[in-house]
Amino acid sequence: MAKNHVTTTINGEPVEFLCETHETMLDVLRNDLGLTGSKEGCGSGDCGACSVMVDGRLACACLMLGAEAEGRSIETIEGMAAGEELHPLQKNFVKEAALQCGICTPGVLVAAKALLERNPDPTETEVRYWLAGNLCRCTGYDKIIRAVMDTAAEMRAN
Amino acid sequence: MAKVILTRWLARQFTAGQIEHQVPGLTIRALARELEYRYPGIIKHLEDGVAVAIDGEIYQNAFLEKVEPNSEVAFMPPIEGG
Amino acid sequence: MAEKTYKWVGTRQPRPDGADKVTGRARFGADFDMPGQLVGKVLRSPHAHANIRSIDTSKAEALPGVKAVMTSADMPDMPDEMAPAGEVMVNLRDVTRNVMAREKALYDGHAVAAVAATTEAIARQALALIEVDYEVLPHVIDVDQAVAEGAPILHENLRTKNVDGAEDTLTNVAARIQFTKGDMDSGWSQADVVIEHAFTTKPVHQGYIEPHAAVASTTEDGQVQLWCSTQGQFNVRGYCAKLLGMETSQIRVTPSEIGGGFGGKTVVYGEPLAIKLSQKAGKPVKIVMTREEVFRGSGPTAAGAMDVKLGATKDGRIVAADLNIRMQAGAFPGAPVGPACMCSFACYDIDNINVVGFDVVSNRPKVAAYRAPGSPVAAWGVESAINMLAEKLGMDQLELRIKNAAREGTKTHYGPTFKDIGMAATLDAAKNSPHYQTPLKPGQGRGVAVGFWFNIGMDSSAACHVGEDGTVTLISGSPDIGGSRASLALMAAEELGVDYQKIRPIVADTASIGFNFLTGGSRVTFATGMAVVQAVREAIDELRARAAKLWEVDVEAVIWEDGCAKPAGSNVGDFEPLSLAEIAVNAGKTGGPINGHAQLNAQGAGPGFGAQIYDVSVDQDTGHVTVDRCTVVQDVGTAIHPDYVEGQLQGGVVQGIGWALNEEYIYNDKGQLENTGFLDYRMPVASDLPMIEPIIVEVPNPNHPYGVRGVGEVPIVPPMAAIGNAIAGATGIRMTDLPMSPPKLSAAIDAARVSEAADD
Repeated sequence: MAKNHVTTTINGEPVEFLCETHETMLDVLRNDLGLTGSKEGCGSGDCGACSVMVDGRLACACLMLGAEAEGRSIETIEGMAAGEELHPLQKNFVKEAALQCGICTPGVLVAAKALLERNPDPTETEVRYWLAGNLCRCTGYDKIIRAVMDTAAEMRAN
Repeated sequence: MAKVILTRWLARQFTAGQIEHQVPGLTIRALARELEYRYPGIIKHLEDGVAVAIDGEIYQNAFLEKVEPNSEVAFMPPIEGG
Repeated sequence: MAEKTYKWVGTRQPRPDGADKVTGRARFGADFDMPGQLVGKVLRSPHAHANIRSIDTSKAEALPGVKAVMTSADMPDMPDEMAPAGEVMVNLRDVTRNVMAREKALYDGHAVAAVAATTEAIARQALALIEVDYEVLPHVIDVDQAVAEGAPILHENLRTKNVDGAEDTLTNVAARIQFTKGDMDSGWSQADVVIEHAFTTKPVHQGYIEPHAAVASTTEDGQVQLWCSTQGQFNVRGYCAKLLGMETSQIRVTPSEIGGGFGGKTVVYGEPLAIKLSQKAGKPVKIVMTREEVFRGSGPTAAGAMDVKLGATKDGRIVAADLNIRMQAGAFPGAPVGPACMCSFACYDIDNINVVGFDVVSNRPKVAAYRAPGSPVAAWGVESAINMLAEKLGMDQLELRIKNAAREGTKTHYGPTFKDIGMAATLDAAKNSPHYQTPLKPGQGRGVAVGFWFNIGMDSSAACHVGEDGTVTLISGSPDIGGSRASLALMAAEELGVDYQKIRPIVADTASIGFNFLTGGSRVTFATGMAVVQAVREAIDELRARAAKLWEVDVEAVIWEDGCAKPAGSNVGDFEPLSLAEIAVNAGKTGGPINGHAQLNAQGAGPGFGAQIYDVSVDQDTGHVTVDRCTVVQDVGTAIHPDYVEGQLQGGVVQGIGWALNEEYIYNDKGQLENTGFLDYRMPVASDLPMIEPIIVEVPNPNHPYGVRGVGEVPIVPPMAAIGNAIAGATGIRMTDLPMSPPKLSAAIDAARVSEAADD
């Protein structure tokens, strides 16, 4: 079985990989590229733990084939902090205890960043609906929603 | 004398249904030994797989725990949890 | 107890593992790999109940790339008796059969064989080549059908425990348990008002987002290394040693970060299989469950069917309470029926109580613990009935609870007499909350319910290592599910009097710290916290001794204050305080490394009580319930890290909202689970919910150095009944079967309309 040769960009870096046709983008990230920050909670696009950005659009990496990354630009949780500087969302998630076990956190952060990039001043309802695709079983979402709202306010002020 | 409270099942099996017992002893082990003397065979049900409440506080794997002369000692099913 | 002021305890500090977890660096179960590892996959029964006549693995073994195939024949059978495994008493005959079916498959999804292959694709192909000859048997799913005459029998060897004359009777009832207090006849004779009703709950899954995952690596001399996601690495070690006939010292279990557990990761599934496959293949083996496997093959919580009867005087004094509860254990005995029975009426001071519970097997996955196991099921019936009683008496639902609340001196129906407990304080806080003081909007209903959990202690070990620069490594063996590293470090900082950031807490593997019972039962901040405090105090004693040597004084002349050794008084001599760092740098000259260790069986866990208030709106056409407002009140003893205490309250509440409104297992007529994904097993999402308002009540536990009781279990106990009570307030309809999902509620609303129309 010939593997597909894929040339893509991940977190701003040019990347080449070989993958089987049936391999998902999540498999490629986790198993072939060592980027295990994206998590597999369901494999069916229901939990959002594998949320990544594909050409600026939020997507579940488990619903995308690795071969589909050809020529695209992928952003994962590993690319969110700028060097040693955490993204304001990352900082506030730690500061405001917006995580408990932390398994959903990478996906929630990628999704929340996508929201703030398109809507810097979301209402609570908008945050809740935008993050409705990211399951969290620990927090009851309360502190997640607050951390996203607070970060939005902080980023607007700066 | 401590006031020992057995579970209904233990009482039915060993003590002809009597749930409350006045038992001398300064540790859980001593109480269990005294009860074994009175009701042969009961001790293994008092030393393993049970919790004990001494004056309302639950102890698991209680054995050498101290018991006051007027303590209430209740044997109950063990507790785990999520 | 006098109000204590602390420098660190009670403050909201960033968690030590925060940066790892917001950057994707933290390694959870499935994130760990070994060089040359194989992929392990499990073949599962498609039948709810079937004899396994034979298993032919030859074709799978012959497939290129397949390195090992195993069935139950590869593991020793176990005696039918209770035995300790990692300090939990379990029936190992049942555990080995749950891990891998032997003579029978007992539920859809029951593991029957496993393979290890070089790739996942080959492993899947190999599973398809394993030929299992099943003789399909009649099955039973529902708990009341399982106890009915003529029900299919799961275990020929099962006899009902605690029932005389049951020795010869085939049954699905594993045990009967009863608790009584007072005299029921006398109780009923005093009652002016009696409520009697039946209630049911459905099994629900713990719903952790991280599926079970394990990597095993074994050597030819019998050593095993295992990395896995678990609430208790020592319990995994104990189980695996027993199931595989090994010694615990041969197995080193390293817990990964854990992506949620809630009780569901206190047992083993793929862990012993990964070890056995690794032994057979001579290579590391990794087994990661799919979400479908999590639903079909791992433990949900027990469901229950129950009858509740309450009697009260006209003025609202409850004088008699009766509960008969049948709980489904899944395929093997062990429903949490004991705790369900004990928790049922624990919130109340009632003179006459009779509680009978049954542990019932049926063709479902063996249940695992889920937050306060058993208590929420009983509370669904009892707390619904309490409101029915309030309605009949014309009393406020909270006033009725306050009037009958358990207090210091209340003798419980399961034996002990309560000491200082926070039930009354919790109810007062609920009554005075902004929420309860706010009038309802038109169309809304308000519901209240209360809940109880014992909280537990058990074994913990901890170590405190002082580094040469005066910073501290704090080692425990309790996996951190929800911020416990932070709470342990806060207590250590308080004791040492140093900055929280100078303390680095570590969760160690089974070879690097002494035994720790699992993370569960709301025990870690309480019990491991006690061990941490003792370990730190031992290190402080050593630090004082070293200062005494440097000063050439007696150790009694040195005190520890604000992170420094100081002379106990002016007569000791004129010495400048010595900081941790100053003592540490000279450790080699004064006697070597400075460490503290502690190990204990933490006793004196303080019971936890909670009350919750819900305002809901009901869409009369669809039956959809919206939770408009929710307040959760709980006595936590002391909130060591208030953010994570609030998080436990909010998270437990939302799991309860899911249990109340949507979550259930749906079986087809073959006994196969039909909703094996998050799309059809509908857990709450962010847009379903309001903010959850926490009110922390602090009645310190006198048995803990910082007054900790425990937090995580109680919040999931009240939601189902409280929401049912709110729905009754909004619609006049009393729901008695969970979940109160739109189809069920809209049917009930329609039926009420028809009956109203008939009355007109």
